[in-house]
Amino acid sequence: MEAMLGEYLPILIFLGIAIGLSAVIVAASWVAGPNNPDAEKLSAYECGFEPFSDSRKQFDVRFYLVSILFIIFDLEVAFLFPWAITLGDIGVYGFWSMMVFLGVLTVGFVYEWKKGALEWE
Amino acid sequence: MSWTSAFAPVLPEIWLAAAAMALLLLGVFQKEDPFARISRLAVGALAVTFVLVVGRDDGRVAAFDGLFVVDEFARFMKGLVLIGSALAIVLAEDWLVKERAQRFEYPVLVLLATVGMMAMISANDLVSLYVGLELQSMALYVLAAFQRDAVRSTEAGLKYFVLGALASGMLLYGASLLYGFTGTTGFEPMAARLREANQLPLGALIGMAFLIAGLAFKVSAVPFHMWTPDVYEGAPTPVTAFFAFTPKIAAMALFMRTMMTPFGDIGPAWQQILVVLSIASMGLGAYAAIGQDNIKRLMAYSSIGHVGYALVGLTAGTGEGLRGVAIYLAIYLAMNAGAFAIILGMRRRGQAVEEIPELAGLAKTEPLTAAGLAVLLFSLAGVPPMAGFFGKFYVFMAAVNAGLFVLAVLGVLASVVGAFYYLRIVKLMYFDPPAEPFERPMPGAVGAVAAASALFTLLFFAWPAPLVAGAEAAAQALLRLP
Repeated sequence: MEAMLGEYLPILIFLGIAIGLSAVIVAASWVAGPNNPDAEKLSAYECGFEPFSDSRKQFDVRFYLVSILFIIFDLEVAFLFPWAITLGDIGVYGFWSMMVFLGVLTVGFVYEWKKGALEWE
Repeated sequence: MSWTSAFAPVLPEIWLAAAAMALLLLGVFQKEDPFARISRLAVGALAVTFVLVVGRDDGRVAAFDGLFVVDEFARFMKGLVLIGSALAIVLAEDWLVKERAQRFEYPVLVLLATVGMMAMISANDLVSLYVGLELQSMALYVLAAFQRDAVRSTEAGLKYFVLGALASGMLLYGASLLYGFTGTTGFEPMAARLREANQLPLGALIGMAFLIAGLAFKVSAVPFHMWTPDVYEGAPTPVTAFFAFTPKIAAMALFMRTMMTPFGDIGPAWQQILVVLSIASMGLGAYAAIGQDNIKRLMAYSSIGHVGYALVGLTAGTGEGLRGVAIYLAIYLAMNAGAFAIILGMRRRGQAVEEIPELAGLAKTEPLTAAGLAVLLFSLAGVPPMAGFFGKFYVFMAAVNAGLFVLAVLGVLASVVGAFYYLRIVKLMYFDPPAEPFERPMPGAVGAVAAASALFTLLFFAWPAPLVAGAEAAAQALLRLP
């Protein structure tokens, strides 16, 4: 137990330094920095012009849909690369495992296509 | 080993997953409203799965290098889960049509959740445990938010999702600690490592506590129950019914196997945690339900209490205790199916009502429904000779024989307190002036489920042998450590 915890000592030291240093930097700028705000300084800065609207405005749910579809197929590709490289070692079983996985994703893809999730007017 | 024999133990799961995907495509390609047909086909797919699960009788078989195991225990629990899922689809059909939420994704999602639950029940490794749990939970999060134009339903879905993700995080943290300190994720190798170690490693103990916290969330045991009342109240009523009597059984089965297989030899280490969970759940289930006016919220607290009673049997950790839990879960499924069937039938002027005072004077307007609900409520309260009494009897008996007297006494006291809020509804139905009658007739399938469930609860004492024998075999399978 002690030996194993000893291996984690560098991480503890690193955590200590990280917390200590960031505390010192925040405290020093708060103590030493000049602080006299006015209305202009406190207003939101947006490329030199007044902000048009609140940042928490509604946006079209389709952006969300597109991003989630992107993530699914992005992950699929990320999964395909290691599979392609090790295909020689994992054999027929590995090949068909990936085919089943792709088949399941294709079912999902056909469903979202028919549901009209890919239409954007 | 040939391919067919390697995949034979998982055949029911593969079939159900393939059926769910086929129904998804069938539904999306069908021009006219596919809801009714997909519902029927989904029930058929579950029936075939049931035959595939129960029809095999070849003892204990492991697949995928011991990641997945099929034994008597798995068969018993999968049978219950499949019945629960089929009931959830049958009960939902009419309600969803009347609420204009009859999207065919409902039965498909129930099927996918069922695949996850079956994987949970057979999980014999921390990895397959997690995969099964997430497969189930993902489908359930979507189901909770199924009425997506209703604020309460989407809120329920979001709450369930956020808190469920937190629980999964705790569970994974525990799993990583266990892997780190025992060097394996498999349940049986882990049991062997913990047996060999002359002293339980502290990290493994902490890991086990986190794992229990994650599992306690999934079965909604106090103090990890906070999501339950809100999710049960907000979710569409058929989904609430499904949540109440199906995933809970699967999660409880997973809990049992996880405690008995890898940690079977270090019982005292987890028993003290389970004693606390069990007492807290029974107590909160009994007291917090008293002030509820919404019947779905009341059923949520009731289910928290019932999880507490089931945990009494698991805490005992003996064959008798495990048998008690298996019987308890089967009876719990039967009682809740009936109670929710009657709740689903509460409609007035085209709207579903879910306040308890709406039931006032039901005995005068509909004597049969009132009698059925009264039987089910007496059973939920544990009044003999209803089935619910025997469920409690078996777990408390096991606790007494295992020397857990405090737990048994507190359990009996909690069930006496809990009887109050069940009997309050009976009093409301029989002695209060009648409210406006409900929309009738009740849809045929819903009425049939309610009647069958009430009869089962009423007549269980006459012929308990088959269920007890099945539960006994399941418990012995879990005890026989390889």
